[in-house]
Amino acid sequence: MAKTIEEINEKIKAGKAVVVTAEEIIDLVKQKGTKKAAQEVDVVTTGTFSPMCSSGAYFNIGHTKPRIKLGGGRAYLNDVPAYTGFAATDILIGANALPDDDPRNRVHPGEFNYGGGHVIEELVSGKDIRLVATAYGTDCYPRKKLETWINIRDLNQAVLFNLRNAYQNYNVAVNLSDRTIYTYMGVLKPDLGNINYSSAGQLSPLLNDPYYKTIGIGTKIFLGGGIGFVAWQGTQHAPNVLRSDNGVPRRGAGTLAVIGDLKQMKPRWLIGTSMLGYGCTITVGIGVPIPILSEEILKYTAVSDEDIFAPVVDYSGAYPQMKSDILGEVSYAQLKSGMITIQGKEVPTASLSSYPRAVEIANLLKEWILSGKFQLTKPVAPLPGVESGITFKPLKERPIED
Amino acid sequence: MVVSKRIVLHFPRRVVERPIVYRLVKDYDLEFNILKAFFTPEEEGLMVLELSGEQTDYDKGINYLTKAGVRIQSLSQDVIRNEERCTHCGACVTICPTGAFELDPLTRRINFYNEKCVACVLCIKACPPRAMEVHF
Repeated sequence: MAKTIEEINEKIKAGKAVVVTAEEIIDLVKQKGTKKAAQEVDVVTTGTFSPMCSSGAYFNIGHTKPRIKLGGGRAYLNDVPAYTGFAATDILIGANALPDDDPRNRVHPGEFNYGGGHVIEELVSGKDIRLVATAYGTDCYPRKKLETWINIRDLNQAVLFNLRNAYQNYNVAVNLSDRTIYTYMGVLKPDLGNINYSSAGQLSPLLNDPYYKTIGIGTKIFLGGGIGFVAWQGTQHAPNVLRSDNGVPRRGAGTLAVIGDLKQMKPRWLIGTSMLGYGCTITVGIGVPIPILSEEILKYTAVSDEDIFAPVVDYSGAYPQMKSDILGEVSYAQLKSGMITIQGKEVPTASLSSYPRAVEIANLLKEWILSGKFQLTKPVAPLPGVESGITFKPLKERPIED
Repeated sequence: MVVSKRIVLHFPRRVVERPIVYRLVKDYDLEFNILKAFFTPEEEGLMVLELSGEQTDYDKGINYLTKAGVRIQSLSQDVIRNEERCTHCGACVTICPTGAFELDPLTRRINFYNEKCVACVLCIKACPPRAMEVHF
């Protein structure tokens, strides 16, 4: 029954492809079995909508008259510093960047109301952004100061380029200490007061393709409301972790680096985000189509929350101290029930990843494919798999002595 | 008929020094529970109050407050959710001490019941996309 991506694309063009979401496939497989479902279904769409810190964007702003060389100078977008280590008019902004005068955690917990992620959201919304830059001046680039409004429609290029998104599974965070802590996993109340998690679980892209059999470099995806591509494996990509019998990692594992034209993205799917006491970031919407090339691939997409497990980690002790201890493992079905018993205590759960928005992404991608406007791509190279032996190493510090 | 309402009282500078809440109890036989209060001498004050008693006493009490120069707002209007900005992630659910946010197990959307809200404002800064807004 094996299908090829070319065959699936022919069916998409003819308006005959059968597309379901990674949520819908679960019941379909229960009703029809994997064999029949694999024959009938051509594509399963996934989705995730969550804060993803290693995200950013780069721009080419065009040359000024007379010319200015931003490379090696300084540039700010709405007071948020942009990186100027490239050529004259290329600048890059990261989602975590903060204005120089932001009080940060001087009064703890800091609010982090505006940062790089918010600049990206406002640019995508079509709002004017204030660019203030200084340079050192050269014979060919004499200008030293620039203060101007810029707008995404006037930029030569505006590209979202995220170094690490769509984490395949993630820690579940708790706080064992006796004070409230403020983390990138949200506000954690003392003495196991709450449990926060951040994954779309059964809808999450890489949890539906645990061994990266279809998702690879060059895969066309839904990114920020527009079209993007998988550029590379994401940073910290670590396929070699503990896995369940169904192949699904029980720890944070694979990641994706993704890229796409910011000009066609939408602010609904790129939201500037503030983590109290932690910093600024951006919530990114990603959806990946999985071509059902075989019954095996279909089986992976039928995974449900009951069969995906994540480690519970103490963010007041083990996490900051880089210790590998965990308090146990829980399934996403347990997490989504709203209450979990840990160490004999009933603890309420909360999510940082929006499941309703993940469903919306999977449905949007499904509509795009059904309408024929989105066809699938064959990866140009695979992501490193378990066989690569790649693991996520800590920094080996070598103190510098005079 | 007994009523119980949550209200926000804005005290102009000139009435901050007067024992207003004492009069509510003594003259109008109302029960109160202070949910939140900000008072600085010589500045405008603000108090979030749960006030209960017989409807007639309640109305007289409110009349007294208004005459004394206190501006009154009903609390349910004060903390609102910006529906455009809310992503329904759920980060607020375990932060709210009164359970004003509830997860709908079917749609997995977060319902906000502002009648349960006591305007403690803990959710305002704990909301990652900053969708919760306070309007005093």
